[in-house]
Amino acid sequence: MTADQLFDLAFNLSCGLLLLTAVGTLWRREVSALITILVVQGIALTAIAMLLASRQEDGAEAVWVAAGVGLVKVVIIPLLLLRVQRLVPGARETRPLANVASSLLAAAVLSLLAYAAARPLAQVSTLPTARATPIGLALVLIGFFLAATRQRAVSQIVGVLLVDNGIAAIAFLATDGVPLIVELGVSVDLVLAVLVLQVLTARLVQTFGPTDLDDLRELRD
Amino acid sequence: MNHGATVALAVGQTALLAVVAPYLVGVTRAVRARLEGRGGGRLRQPWRDLRKLLRKQPTSPPDASLFFVAAPPVLLATSLIVAGAGPFVAATSVFASADLIVVVGLLLLGTVALALAGLDTGTAFGGMGASREMIIAALVEPTLLLSAFALSVRVGSTDLSTIVAAGVSEPSRVFTPASALAAIALAIATLAETSRIPVDNPSTHLELTMVHEAMVLEYSGRDLALVEWAAALRLTILLGLLANLFLPFGVATSLAPLPLLIGALVFVLKLVVLAAALGAGEVFAAKLRLFRVPELLAGSFVLSLLAVLAAFILAGPVTP
Repeated sequence: MTADQLFDLAFNLSCGLLLLTAVGTLWRREVSALITILVVQGIALTAIAMLLASRQEDGAEAVWVAAGVGLVKVVIIPLLLLRVQRLVPGARETRPLANVASSLLAAAVLSLLAYAAARPLAQVSTLPTARATPIGLALVLIGFFLAATRQRAVSQIVGVLLVDNGIAAIAFLATDGVPLIVELGVSVDLVLAVLVLQVLTARLVQTFGPTDLDDLRELRD
Repeated sequence: MNHGATVALAVGQTALLAVVAPYLVGVTRAVRARLEGRGGGRLRQPWRDLRKLLRKQPTSPPDASLFFVAAPPVLLATSLIVAGAGPFVAATSVFASADLIVVVGLLLLGTVALALAGLDTGTAFGGMGASREMIIAALVEPTLLLSAFALSVRVGSTDLSTIVAAGVSEPSRVFTPASALAAIALAIATLAETSRIPVDNPSTHLELTMVHEAMVLEYSGRDLALVEWAAALRLTILLGLLANLFLPFGVATSLAPLPLLIGALVFVLKLVVLAAALGAGEVFAAKLRLFRVPELLAGSFVLSLLAVLAAFILAGPVTP
């Protein structure tokens, strides 16, 4: 196997993993599983960024961007989400607006829509990797769907993170590399959003108390 | 292509599958019994049951119409046609094309015939089983189609024999990492289509959970034998498709006697391995709650769709 073939294989695997994890977020209900899936997706996104950086002539800045993306998506955001999850352990999506079977079918339709919508985009770009941009768009659509149909704050923020992963994937695949400053700005915004979520959840738990059924032992007015 | 030889191949392949199918059920049961610490029956036990049932006179409910009488022969006939036309021993198309859509259509025809027969008797169980079977079939048949489409996109043909032949001759063109998704989807669809755990439990007659058994509850004697035989044949066909589409080694691509013999032996070996894996897997799995079954099936459908999408999006080399 030549280096080119190995590159193709790794690239295709990472792109497939992005799409698969996006569907996985709709399949699983447990918040802890969502966080694990998000970590895998972050690893796949970092792998794509690293692979593309290795192809560029002056790849130093691109490598820094990829490293930054990896740090934020694989380490910082999952750690923050885990802290949120520790406030409400064992949390799971009990009443999503669309049940799992229909949201999976919706994901199928959204992926097809993304494929149809992103084809002109892929044709405009001269890069061969632009063919995979439908995956980024599918991530954005599935993320919106997740954020719109889930009731828990953590699941909704996972949807927003999915949207961001999708936008980042499109930026990597369809352009010649993202400027470091732009990627930095986006990532810091995300971390802020997750921090706000953490504060919000902490306030909610403080106000309404834990909603564990085992604690509800006696009747009250 | 020599016309007589292809007809002989089709007849021989049908006979091989028809004989092997009940043994395969025996293998699954034997492996399961051994792992559960039971003695279990002989491998020939399903054949003995069939022989016993074939000698007995069938009975028919008083309200039953033609649908009830016609369903077992229709089910068996569709299964036999697929067994003869599919790319099991050799990847040379027998009836000009063992087309994917025709094969799935024939399998669906059998399913629908049995569901109609279940409704026809007018009993509560029959109707319940039939409606459940239709819920499952509505999600399983598209999955069967799509998971094979994921390969046929790369080959450029919906002919199953062409796909298998391409898989034998140039595997690197046909198989990608996305093919694994299609294989998983097809495996889940196979479990659902053949009423195995986790979708249905073949060894129980518990009213609340049964699907396939509820539909065939009214059959007896010869009719029951035909239904059981056809069910075993469908299991063989789907396991054979799974094996030959995704692990196509050993399939004969010519009509010479030696490759055909090797093809038949390798095919039976693959079937036995898959059936043993099925039996072993069932020991460690529990039946899903009925309301969770659509989730699993929708998931397998999405997996197969993603495999097809990936075949379009990620086709060909990325490097300039």
